[in-house]
Amino acid sequence: MNNESLMTIFINASLINNFVLAYFLGICPFLGVSGKVETASKMGAAVTFVMVISSVCAYGINLLLTAINAPFLQLISYIVVIASTVQLVEMFVKKVSPALFKALGIFLPLITTNCAVLAIALLQTSKGYDIFQSVTFALGGGAGFTLALVLMAGLREQLEFSEVSGIAKGTALVLLVGGILSLSFMGFAGLGG
Amino acid sequence: MSLTDQNMPNKGFFSSLGEHQGTDDFLRGLWRDNPVFVQVLGMCPSLAVSNSAMNALAMGLATTFVLTMSNVLISMLRNFIPKEVRIASYILIIATFVSMVDYVIQAVSVDLHKSLGAFIALIVVNCIILSRAEAFASKNTVGRSLMDGLGMGLGFMFALFCIGSIREIIGSGTLLGFQVMPDTFEKWVIMVLPAGGFFTLACWLLIFNHYKIKKSKA
Repeated sequence: MNNESLMTIFINASLINNFVLAYFLGICPFLGVSGKVETASKMGAAVTFVMVISSVCAYGINLLLTAINAPFLQLISYIVVIASTVQLVEMFVKKVSPALFKALGIFLPLITTNCAVLAIALLQTSKGYDIFQSVTFALGGGAGFTLALVLMAGLREQLEFSEVSGIAKGTALVLLVGGILSLSFMGFAGLGG
Repeated sequence: MSLTDQNMPNKGFFSSLGEHQGTDDFLRGLWRDNPVFVQVLGMCPSLAVSNSAMNALAMGLATTFVLTMSNVLISMLRNFIPKEVRIASYILIIATFVSMVDYVIQAVSVDLHKSLGAFIALIVVNCIILSRAEAFASKNTVGRSLMDGLGMGLGFMFALFCIGSIREIIGSGTLLGFQVMPDTFEKWVIMVLPAGGFFTLACWLLIFNHYKIKKSKA
């Protein structure tokens, strides 16, 4: 059992140990969908939603697996839950906003292979969070992911107007900016206990 | 379906392996289409677990094993898996092998298991593995998929080692645990911190871009 307060968990997951900038989880969408602030924030919302749902499901599954004493099925069952949640979100987005569906493109089904989502499920189990702590953890992780994505998108929109040397175009430049963002997020380390 | 698959009579395991095709599949992953430096896939583990050369090698080996085994199995089953549920089936196959690796590493070295942390389990969601399953193993013979898996896996390990050794040498003054820098060397602590991962990979990409541009001009 773990008795961290909900506030601590949220700040820890979103700022101090930001999923993207400190744990390197979910780097693919961080590099891929961070071109525009609007798409980035919606992608963040979709990922957060999947995180919360799969966090709740993972909590239930873990109870079940512990009851029947089959911990080796943990990884496989988590990934199945995440894959079906993503499928659900995909159908929902396609129905509600076809434009957004197009903008997110391949990255929407790829939420399944977003390490941040699986990491939430795995970390909450290994830390022994109860159901409320798990949901807070997922919300914090999602908020941190969205924050990193939106910050990066904002910076990249500005970079569009500047002249960049040929060798730094593309991924290299995004990684350099990511490094500087990661440095600045180290400043949050003082917040934690 | 690839051309080789349709035109060659199915004689056996390596039937459609041309004379140089196997080596070509192998070398493509290792260098020309290197998963990290060229395709920019699998960024999460290559940044997170590359803070020391030892971690990088262990992670590379584990990924190579999973990639090769899943490529082989998926290639064997490629005619039996219905198209609609293929991604789900691939992920299940991959997750099975990852669970195996997880337990093996735990049995071999608890310390290593601790320092790699959740990232062993996260091999499941490594985009390299799923992309090879979808783009290669589901369309090619078992022999070619095996070579492709080995090549891509070792290419991933090579890239991880490139990043990991630099971060370890500059960040802690050691390589694989042995001291390589003189005692007077001031360690750059930032290199073992997350930001160092971003910077090191960015520098490697800059170097590769430089050569690519030079080559295309020449």
